[in-house]
Amino acid sequence: MPTFAQKTQSKCTTKANINKGSAVSKTVAKTGTGAVAEAMRQINPDVVAAYPITPQTAIVEEFSSFAANGKVKTEMITVESEHSAMSACIGASAAGARVMTATSSAGLALMWEVLYVAAGCRLPIVMPMVNRALSAPLNIHCDHSDSMGARDAGWIQLYSENSQEAYDNVIQAVRIAEHSDVRLPVMVMLDGFITSHAIERFDMIDDKTTQAFVSEFKPFSPLLDTDKPSTHGPFDLFDYYFEHRRSQAEAMKKSKQVILDVAKEYEKLTGRKYDLYKSYQLEDAEVAVVVLSSTAGTAVSVVDKLRDEGIKAGLMVPRVIRPFPAEEYAKALTHVKAVSVMDRSDSFNAEGAPLYTELTAAMYQSGGRPVMSNYIFGLGGRDVHPSDIEKVYRDTLDNAHNGKVKKAVNYLGVRGDE
Amino acid sequence: MSKLKWQELTPGGVITEPGNSKSYRTGDWRSRRPIWNKDACSHCMLCPIHCPDSSIKVKDKKMTGIDYDHCKGCGICANICPKNAIEMHNESEYK
Ligand code: SF4
Ligand code: SF4
Repeated sequence: MPTFAQKTQSKCTTKANINKGSAVSKTVAKTGTGAVAEAMRQINPDVVAAYPITPQTAIVEEFSSFAANGKVKTEMITVESEHSAMSACIGASAAGARVMTATSSAGLALMWEVLYVAAGCRLPIVMPMVNRALSAPLNIHCDHSDSMGARDAGWIQLYSENSQEAYDNVIQAVRIAEHSDVRLPVMVMLDGFITSHAIERFDMIDDKTTQAFVSEFKPFSPLLDTDKPSTHGPFDLFDYYFEHRRSQAEAMKKSKQVILDVAKEYEKLTGRKYDLYKSYQLEDAEVAVVVLSSTAGTAVSVVDKLRDEGIKAGLMVPRVIRPFPAEEYAKALTHVKAVSVMDRSDSFNAEGAPLYTELTAAMYQSGGRPVMSNYIFGLGGRDVHPSDIEKVYRDTLDNAHNGKVKKAVNYLGVRGDE
Repeated sequence: MSKLKWQELTPGGVITEPGNSKSYRTGDWRSRRPIWNKDACSHCMLCPIHCPDSSIKVKDKKMTGIDYDHCKGCGICANICPKNAIEMHNESEYK
């Protein structure tokens, strides 16, 4: 029986997804962290500075063994904290190196200050980010509170449903980050344990093709170019700070087209199609669910079940959260009568979680306005079953029939009255 | 120096021109302006040694004026002057 992830991989995208790219490719079985470590090995960055944190640990562990065994020429910097990891990445990137790191949860939280520095200095650092809940209470399992909290730090954010997407996104991230229109750091998300620690099959392209695809890094005015001395991260007052922020916003805006262009080029190599989002049975849908990452696989099986009953159910799975493609996302949903957005994080604002509030804002500017509800689910790794998602679809159907939401913000799968 | 638009800046504010702090006029920050009365001045050289921004111009042991590109308007010169030859005025009078 195919896994949910395999099912979405083949069903959620077009026929082009059947591997027929020009690259030599092999199918391997590995964990999500293993897939990411392989992508990092093939990219062969100049510097990796990282600190281990569950569930990211295995990425750094496996990559360190590549470094120790001479499989990469990377300078591994072992540091005493994530704040130091990101700081070392910033220094190395400004010096002119291609730099990567990886983190999760509290590790990302400890990087907070320097995340903004990396983005503000326009340093194209690539960071796989394994989603895990934040304390307290202490929990090591999957939810999206960590990366959602960092969504305004100026990093591009790509979300992956499975190992294949995590691998592909990490390779594409290098090109997106380093593009001269962009020069911004990129985070690539994968779900903690569900994707990071489950062994799945995925297709790897050959090392040579990956190297040619990422090509040589051309840094902007690197510190180590001693013939052309430069200063990175200078003091900036009221007379220029605003202009620098404005140009940073423009780079984020421009990155949308770069993400699409890089995806097209990658498709030629691999046959795997990437866009800003994926959809399943959405074109003629009356009700739709929007959800990120691994839960999409489960949702596909629910759509199949409901379609068999004659219910016009559809699914939308955003890949890109920063930049937020408001126009494209609104366009994809504008014909739907009722939409439920499933968020694997809460923003404690009492008016809904991040994905819901941003999509609702996007719909406000568009012509059609589906009735929109929010389901906060899966916090701290709480399982989400097909029956949970089916409940969401059935509530959404009621909302579509009534033309209004019964309850805008809901907690799905929690014990006790919501 | 006319100020650049956001489209004209280097990514991340990287400074590609070493030593360009020379062209930065810290005098822009000033809210009070020292006005020197040449006739009242005895050239005692107290204000040049007290000015924290080296903004009192001196030539041949004589005070010649104030460098408004760098004077921050602290008022120390006016305070220290035994001849009351420097008076502080609101910058708004000159804009
Ligand atoms: S006001 Fe202050 S900075 Fe300006 S000339 Fe006088 S002492 Fe120097
Ligand atoms: S302190 Fe007064 S008198 Fe002495 S040099 Fe300065 S302005 Fe002239």
